[in-house]
Amino acid sequence: MSTFVYMTRCDGCGHCVDICPSDIMHIDENIRRAVNIEPNFCWECYSCVKACPNHAIDVRGYADFAPMGHSVRVRREEEKGTISWKIKFRNGTEKDFVSPITTKPWGKFIPKLAEGEKPNDGEINSQRLYTEPQGLNIDGELPSVPKDSFKKGVYY
Amino acid sequence: MMTNNPFSVLAETIPSVLLQGFVITMLALIVIGTVIQMIHHKNITYFFNNAKKAKLSATKDLGVGETTAVVLKTIVHDIATTSELGAGKRRVAHVLGMYGTILFWMATVVLIFFYTSSESITPNLWSMMWHVGAIMTCVGGYWFWLFLRVDVLSEAHPWYRIIKADLFVLALLACATFGLAWSYTQSLNLENRWDDKVFLTLYILSNIALFGGVYWSKFAHMIYKPGAAIQKNLAEADGSRDNLPPLADAPKQFGLGIKREQPKHY
Repeated sequence: MSTFVYMTRCDGCGHCVDICPSDIMHIDENIRRAVNIEPNFCWECYSCVKACPNHAIDVRGYADFAPMGHSVRVRREEEKGTISWKIKFRNGTEKDFVSPITTKPWGKFIPKLAEGEKPNDGEINSQRLYTEPQGLNIDGELPSVPKDSFKKGVYY
Repeated sequence: MMTNNPFSVLAETIPSVLLQGFVITMLALIVIGTVIQMIHHKNITYFFNNAKKAKLSATKDLGVGETTAVVLKTIVHDIATTSELGAGKRRVAHVLGMYGTILFWMATVVLIFFYTSSESITPNLWSMMWHVGAIMTCVGGYWFWLFLRVDVLSEAHPWYRIIKADLFVLALLACATFGLAWSYTQSLNLENRWDDKVFLTLYILSNIALFGGVYWSKFAHMIYKPGAAIQKNLAEADGSRDNLPPLADAPKQFGLGIKREQPKHY
């Protein structure tokens, strides 16, 4: 499946161009509207669908079931902090879901990594990630699975 | 300069019928371009098919009164203020350019058809309207073209990269800019020097490019964009909502806490 743009809805604001993690949403050179330049590389992350302020982007189903009337659409309401989904099945069943975008005010609680301590050489070469284990709110050592508890007869 | 009617001075050397003929030719080009574009892109077919499909999933039958109210509200609230562009610079630039162009074109038609004969005296209002319209078009248009258009803002292309999509805005800006330059040089009384003739030629050429050479007819866009806005609001009112989920039944939780950022994280 890949995204496509309803030209009557798109106003060429560039939010999808900005957010697309695959960099495949671009602006058409003839009509200055958004276009998915490489549908094969779209991995249906729905970022552009959610970001579009005009609901101009939709996701195309595979050819075998797309003509049968299914639909998956999403509405993002920033002020409420909600993402609503409407799933329409081929048999006409409809389901609505609402979930929060985040439970924390936007822009707060962002770790200020630049102000943190620089890792030393030992920490850089360690298998652990930055701030582990404290960053995971774990006191002491990271949990591990002892080798003798592995299944017998399996070679690692 | 602001009270100068450049067309009445021009009509002293060129018959005003020719000027009026030029305006009519430009109008004909708009109509032809729009019809060709609509046939080629099948906008109207798509538009009506989509409206029929939306009606099937409607949960509520809208009466004539309700439909009229939605249409009127869309015209006043959405179309007249181009609300789809959100609250921001793009909308201000678009509104400036849109109303500037409307004033500029309207004043052009009035000045050419009513105030180019030797006996007529041009009211200052129409000349002012022509100049103010051109200035508004320039402010909105250059602002958009240099800073706000998505190729520059979101894709980080340099402002001087020109693509086919720029044909309309550049031709429009050329019209307004050369029109103003023509009027200015004309008002200087340079005694038949070359200046105003050069700007007049450029003004004519940019008009021909604007009305006859737009690859993707902006004029068709002016018709179906409002149509799409009306359809969108009707779909919200009749419950079909283009298959979109309803508005979440949740209070304004974060207010302006979650702010949409400008799309410029290239």
